[in-house]
Amino acid sequence: METKTQSLNQAILDFIDLCKTKPHADSYLIAVLHKVQQTYGYLSEEHMYEVAQRLQVPTSVVSGVATFYHFFRLQPRGKYAISVCLGTACFVKGADKILDAFRTELGIELGETSSDGLFSLEVSRCLGVCALAPVVTINDTVYSNVTVKQVPQLIDQVRHAEG
Amino acid sequence: MQQTFEFYDALYTTMLEQYLQSGMKQKTVIQVGSATCELAAGAASVRDEFAKLIAASGRDDIILKQTGCTGRCAREPIVGVFRPDQIPIKYEQVTIDKVQKIFQEHVIAGRPVTSLVLDKKTDILYSYVATVCSSSRCRSEEMEASEDLLRRRLQALQVPAGTVRIFPGGCLGLCEDEKKGSHRTMMVLPDKVIYAFADESQLDEIIDAHFIHGRVLKKYLTHTNFITEQFFSLYGDVAFFNKQTRLTLRNSGLIDPESLGDYVRNKGYEALAKILQRNEPAYVLEQLARSGLRGRGGGGYPTGLKWQFAADNPDPVKYVICNADEGDPGAFMDRSALEGDPFIILEGMTLGAFAVGAQQGYIYVRAEYPLAIERLEKAIAVAREHQLLGANIMNSDFSFDIEIRLGAGAFVCGEETALMYSVEGKRGQPRIRPPFPTESGLWGHPTVINNVETWANVPTILLYGADWFANIGTVKSKGTKVFALAGKVINTGLVEVPMGTALRDIIYDIGGGLPPGRTLKAVQTGGPSGGCIPASAIDTQVDYDSLAAVGSIMGSGGMIILDDNDCMVATAKFFLEFTQSESCGKCVPCREGTLRMLEILERITTGHGTEEDLTKLERLGDLVKKTSLCGLGQTAPNPVLSALKNFREEFEIHVREKRCPAHKCSQLIRYEVRTDKCVGCTLCARRCPVGCISGSPKKPHTIHQAECIKCGECWSACKFDAISRD
Repeated sequence: METKTQSLNQAILDFIDLCKTKPHADSYLIAVLHKVQQTYGYLSEEHMYEVAQRLQVPTSVVSGVATFYHFFRLQPRGKYAISVCLGTACFVKGADKILDAFRTELGIELGETSSDGLFSLEVSRCLGVCALAPVVTINDTVYSNVTVKQVPQLIDQVRHAEG
Repeated sequence: MQQTFEFYDALYTTMLEQYLQSGMKQKTVIQVGSATCELAAGAASVRDEFAKLIAASGRDDIILKQTGCTGRCAREPIVGVFRPDQIPIKYEQVTIDKVQKIFQEHVIAGRPVTSLVLDKKTDILYSYVATVCSSSRCRSEEMEASEDLLRRRLQALQVPAGTVRIFPGGCLGLCEDEKKGSHRTMMVLPDKVIYAFADESQLDEIIDAHFIHGRVLKKYLTHTNFITEQFFSLYGDVAFFNKQTRLTLRNSGLIDPESLGDYVRNKGYEALAKILQRNEPAYVLEQLARSGLRGRGGGGYPTGLKWQFAADNPDPVKYVICNADEGDPGAFMDRSALEGDPFIILEGMTLGAFAVGAQQGYIYVRAEYPLAIERLEKAIAVAREHQLLGANIMNSDFSFDIEIRLGAGAFVCGEETALMYSVEGKRGQPRIRPPFPTESGLWGHPTVINNVETWANVPTILLYGADWFANIGTVKSKGTKVFALAGKVINTGLVEVPMGTALRDIIYDIGGGLPPGRTLKAVQTGGPSGGCIPASAIDTQVDYDSLAAVGSIMGSGGMIILDDNDCMVATAKFFLEFTQSESCGKCVPCREGTLRMLEILERITTGHGTEEDLTKLERLGDLVKKTSLCGLGQTAPNPVLSALKNFREEFEIHVREKRCPAHKCSQLIRYEVRTDKCVGCTLCARRCPVGCISGSPKKPHTIHQAECIKCGECWSACKFDAISRD
């Protein structure tokens, strides 16, 4: 897990410079934050501060936007982010039970990261694959028609891959 | 004088030549779905496996192609094998281990694997498939159904059984007006021809020529451009599809979404060429108004009127926005549309921008849809490359460009004023209207905001004309509507039907009904802003006004089927939990009101509710509806209020008897051992996670209620039906 924040990488700095050449440069704030989170996994205070400086937007605005949108994380997440979809279709097909199973199995609550830094548990609001409900994503892989019984298997699979 | 026709002709010719040069027409095409849902079902590894087999075979006449989502989600991944000499075959739930068989037997040897065919209906492989139009639009009550007529004449002319497979199709899409009601239409595969015949003797001639002698009878071919022809020619033999009318989704599952050539060859950009050549924005506005198109995002506001307001505004700077922030849990129409046919959205927005005089467009799309974003980005780049976006589009004087803006997981950003703040890079909190966006929108300039499906309708309306479009649907709701069918229904997936179709037809004819043994309880439409329609109102027509009359809304198109195992109180609570956590907090009624409502529902579902809570809930819901600032708060109480109205008895059982008839509210369930049935196998005691079941082997056990956490483990473990649940 990353503990010390590095300065923003060149790709992001270049993107910010590109945005500044366009009209309404400050409107790209959300896009910049997306790139930061994509690269570093979350938005650290240092990075938000740097974005504010570079994009010439008040820090208060940056933190206001970062805290408003659910998609942005302000804490590092585990190496494997488990996200249980709680959309309507998944709910009707028992997603709440799946979530409980992950809670018990990992011993962590929603939004927490396991002590080994391997797993974090999140919920998502409908991935739009309702016909395959209930669904769970682990990082970018989507698992469909998940059952409570499969939950320990999914976790074991990851642990196994990690050795 | 604009030169756009020449531009379009050159574009079309180039695309067609590329296609012909590829030799695709003479080759066998293997088509694999590639939308998010298909990929989740394992389509990527299936595609790779086919690629390997093709490479290994050394054949250069087999092509692997990707396509968008057909909407037949429950049977994904779907693989199509199209040999030039055969009826197109679609396979369902194709896994890696089935790939080898399909490849060897069908692709190489030409014998379809009948056991794996979609819907498993093709047990005999027919020589021809005849899809007859059975749309009520073209047929009067007293006329014999076309499928019956055809069946009768085939028998009379002694065509051997197994020659022609008959399918009653939905509306094929476009009948020439003078033929409406007097002619019947029939599509014949694999020849892909469409006949229009007036009477029995003409039909007999067609049967004799085509089905008996195997030649196309030219004199009865119709020359009408059927808009859904391509779609039906691939999928017309599947019941799930042929009851639908695919206008906005006609290319999904048919074309390669990343190929401009595929789009152009399917009438793409023809409407834009036509409109730019005419160079008359007022004509577009008039057509839109006359078509009767209403916003598909949920509100149902007349699109033509909205555009007119923006067009009338003297401000020289204007914007158009595509709202692709599909946030309703349980809805996935927009994702499929964007992934399956991104160019149609770009063309629609370009047409809208031309009509109102906008220079810049934005597509605001959820960050949760990475594949849709990727496809849009590619499409925009290709469109710019081909002068279909940017300066002087199609060599005209009109310039326009589109940028993508990502959402970041805020449901409230689906509300138009909040969405605009988000596009500006700010917190997405709504503001009071008026002023409406068409007066003061993005950065204070007039802005037209429409959702994905609305934009997707625009090119079609302008290509075929407002009058044609106004022919489909009901008096006040024109055209088609796409629904995401999910929940307790067999054929979950995307369906597009004409406005005015009965809920019953969608659920049973297209959706295939509920799983065996289950009974329909309610239909939830409109997601967290909508309501639950009870099973008794299942004959309700799907249009803006009829749905409102039964206490729900059209919404953006989510349709969740609930059965007798679903608790209406828990469902209402689920939606309120959603809106409550998505409330942006700006106005008090929504922020506080939804929270208090949720607390009441929490009490009811845990056995602490009172009769008074029900009246309180109603009063509070009404207050939140009337006093909230934006659409989110104004509609948040709907799921609760409609459940209270239609399923009050169920709420009363929760508060009076502290019981949940659907056994969903776990706190209200009581598990007990049936002493007469218990054989003392000790399985339940071993399974119980809190150890609250006691008893010695071979003697009836006891559950200690005070410690029971109502997890249900004992109930599902017992092999002797000796645990009761109430």
